[in-house]
Amino acid sequence: MFTIIRDLIRYNIEFAIGLAILLLLIGAVILSFFSPYPAADIYVVPPDMPPDAEFWFGTTSRGQDNFWQLVIALRNTFAFGLAVAFLSRILSLVVGLTAGYAGGRVDRVLMAINDSIMVIPHFPILVLFYFVLKDEMNWLMLVLILSALGWSYDARLIRSIAMSLRTRPFTTQSVYSGMSMRKILVEEHLPYVMPIVFATTMNNMIWSIGMEITLSVLGFTDVDTPTMGQIIYWANSHSALISGIWWWVAAPVVAIIVLFIGLFLLSMSMNEYIDPRSRLNRMGS
Amino acid sequence: MAAYMIFVARRFGQLLLVVFLGISATFFISHMTPVDPVAESITAITNFGKSDPEAIDLMRKTLTELYGLQGNLFEQYVTFWSRLIRGDFGPSLSAFPTPVSQIIFRALPWTVGLMISATLISFLLGNTLGALAGYYRKSRILKILSLGLIGLQPIPYYVLAFILLILFGFVWPVLPITGGYEMNADLTLSFTLVLDIVRHSILPAMALVLVGAGSWLTGMRALTSNIVTEDYVTFAELGGVGSTRILRSYVVRNAIVPQLTGLAMSLGAIFNGTVITEIVFGYPGIGTLLINAVHAGDYSLVLGLASLSIIGVAIAVFLIDILSPLLDPRIKAE
Amino acid sequence: MQTEALLHAPEAATQPTLVVDRLKAYYTTKAFGIDRDIRAVDDISLTVAKGEIYGVAGESSSGKTSLIKTIVGAIRPPLHVVDGTVRFNFSGQSYDIYDMKPDKLQAIRWRHLSYIMQGSMNVLNPVRRIKHSFYDFAFAHMGLDRATFWDKVRDHLRRLDLDPGVLDSYPHQLSGGMRQRTTIALATVCTPEFIVADEPTTALDVIVQRDVLAMLRDIQRDLGSSFLFVTHDMSVHATVSDRVGIVYAGRLVEEADTPTLFRGARHPYTQHLVASLPKIGDTTRRASLPGRPPSLADPPSGCRFHPRCPLAMDICSREVPTMTNLTPRHRVACFAVTGATP
Repeated sequence: MFTIIRDLIRYNIEFAIGLAILLLLIGAVILSFFSPYPAADIYVVPPDMPPDAEFWFGTTSRGQDNFWQLVIALRNTFAFGLAVAFLSRILSLVVGLTAGYAGGRVDRVLMAINDSIMVIPHFPILVLFYFVLKDEMNWLMLVLILSALGWSYDARLIRSIAMSLRTRPFTTQSVYSGMSMRKILVEEHLPYVMPIVFATTMNNMIWSIGMEITLSVLGFTDVDTPTMGQIIYWANSHSALISGIWWWVAAPVVAIIVLFIGLFLLSMSMNEYIDPRSRLNRMGS
Repeated sequence: MAAYMIFVARRFGQLLLVVFLGISATFFISHMTPVDPVAESITAITNFGKSDPEAIDLMRKTLTELYGLQGNLFEQYVTFWSRLIRGDFGPSLSAFPTPVSQIIFRALPWTVGLMISATLISFLLGNTLGALAGYYRKSRILKILSLGLIGLQPIPYYVLAFILLILFGFVWPVLPITGGYEMNADLTLSFTLVLDIVRHSILPAMALVLVGAGSWLTGMRALTSNIVTEDYVTFAELGGVGSTRILRSYVVRNAIVPQLTGLAMSLGAIFNGTVITEIVFGYPGIGTLLINAVHAGDYSLVLGLASLSIIGVAIAVFLIDILSPLLDPRIKAE
Repeated sequence: MQTEALLHAPEAATQPTLVVDRLKAYYTTKAFGIDRDIRAVDDISLTVAKGEIYGVAGESSSGKTSLIKTIVGAIRPPLHVVDGTVRFNFSGQSYDIYDMKPDKLQAIRWRHLSYIMQGSMNVLNPVRRIKHSFYDFAFAHMGLDRATFWDKVRDHLRRLDLDPGVLDSYPHQLSGGMRQRTTIALATVCTPEFIVADEPTTALDVIVQRDVLAMLRDIQRDLGSSFLFVTHDMSVHATVSDRVGIVYAGRLVEEADTPTLFRGARHPYTQHLVASLPKIGDTTRRASLPGRPPSLADPPSGCRFHPRCPLAMDICSREVPTMTNLTPRHRVACFAVTGATP
């Protein structure tokens, strides 16, 4: 594991940049625990101050320090992305490994459901959820909903690997030695798909954080937990751009872009490392 | 041909399953609400001043019937389906008594038009650049272009649209940033109107293309660099077939089928993007309608929009799915 | 430049159609910090005379395919030519494959130099009808109007006992043998002077194999083309090739006329290849060679065969034996045969 990361840093510039960005952002997340102001408090600093030595990213019209708001939002956004990724990875592993290993009718049924979830447009469903839940729509609820929607693409990926694992001799050997299906999947097949699971985590975070940002900018989430989208929501509702408080909008937008490019670079380089075909392309043989 | 019909039948089964699951989800989500939509609506209406208790009672009855909320959950579910099949989503609350279906069909052409044109442009642009970048691997211009488009790909639709809005609304205001046409435009068909509509669609379409093209490019580039090592490409090169011909008839022709499958699979996501982009630019399509319906507490309109989005996307997926094998003779004859 | 290969030209009077001189082509790879050279073609010289069928034999991954790909100029990075030349003589004109403009090279392809690939599923574009392949490959080279061109193509197919109806089929609708015969028809429709055939019969079953071989022989007799015929199957060489070169780990180790090679092979590796052929009435077990073919990324020093060679001597692990003529038409690279002077 360590040598893989070392090799990737040394020979894969995308990975190195992505990792650097991610470490920087994680640093900001750690910093957020030392925030001098509680996240939800307003009018703790003079409002509408442009960026200067005291307020690095300026202050908002709600009298909050933009920098500290941003690092706290980053923490929440990260936590959100990781939580969704974790739960949806479990779902996609269960479905993907089972479908790939069992094959036949089980596979067909699971994949039919899988493909349905893949093509159903998520955004109207999420809006509908907000519409019926209103104030009940909190952080945890959104995590659960997005996890339930965000596993299908990766389940297909895992299934295709599980299908090839099923035909390998070691699987046959495990079957003949009387291992249960659950045991074969967890002990024999899981280690093979773990790299893919890691790589898809990044993509899944890009997706779920993007959805969360969109929903919070529209005000369709719990408006009291600061996230990246939340900051833009408040900035919009105070017409920050029209009144020239550009830093209120610029800071989260830049942070979002940096975060997404970092995640994307990591996912791309990990995919390239894992996928033998793209590696072969690189080696050219 | 028989094999193809079986294929179509299987895809049709998948279409039915998608619609069934999606609509059932819509139904159950809308019924797990802790809020009583009837009470909500009454509050919304009585906000305007009327509060005759008898009238409210009557209103409650009517709304319960209109929303299909009589009887137990199963009866309601059956009512939901039977109305859906008739295309009846009830009257809109915010534009009472206009039927929801009528409101939706007024917004639909905007969304469909924007989505089809943006998807077509990004699919063609991404695939063309991807094929070129995969075939001419040394070209520096292609590398830079690819890098740019791939870099935009992970950015959420909302954020990119928002950035375009800032750039073209505040920094360099050359394009209209909101609406589908000029406020007081003369809505009879004329060249000026068409031009106006096109001008208004540039920014939303640009946002969709900039986010979308990168993924087609990456996919096509990977497919191309795999296909160029196939025997039939090597053989054509040895046969002195020109490189443009090889790229077009040998490489792209073989890569396009998996790319179309990819298009079908990502149509739901593209629809999300279109809807979200519409909201940013106040484009008069499904997305803007949906947000307004949520803000107005228009229960039947939100439900109708969600159901119709699912059905519409599912049908589009089905059409792409059954058309793409026609490009591959192996599947037709199998 | 005086070339080693020219000295061994079978008929010094007429120009050989192909002259390969001290050709070296390596795969150079750089991936995740590992740089390496795979010496797939290492210092090979050979000539093919007009109208001759020159066979190339060797185990899989011995560098045969890399050799012919380099000869026809079909290499793609990371395979690249390090040294040496490949020269063709067509209708009195000389062409250096690695010293000519790409469009010139494209112009001689198929007209003069054509190629038959290993009969796999994928040689013909799977999504287009076969007539399109004929059009793409041959039309520009024949300089005919469309009607005459298609007449000519149909005539050619009929002459090869193929129904012109194959033109309207897709590759997957044909059987393996039909597909390969169509590919051969495609490769010969322009009556090229030089044809490279890479394992043309390997993927086919034995009966079809015999048909295809007979077809190739007929074509060669009709057109008088030169062939570079590559297969690992020594029995095919025995029936088809006029002369055979044996490749081992990227190097040529022995070359002789087919009868000479099969009756009096000198290199221990060739002797082994010949001895492993089944003979009618012979019931002795075939001895298999100890060890595995060497990795081209990290080949043994000296003679690359020495770790598996029954005659290996001290010098074999230190020095590289050069090709030495035993007779004007029989060359071998082995210290045990030519004496231990490098």
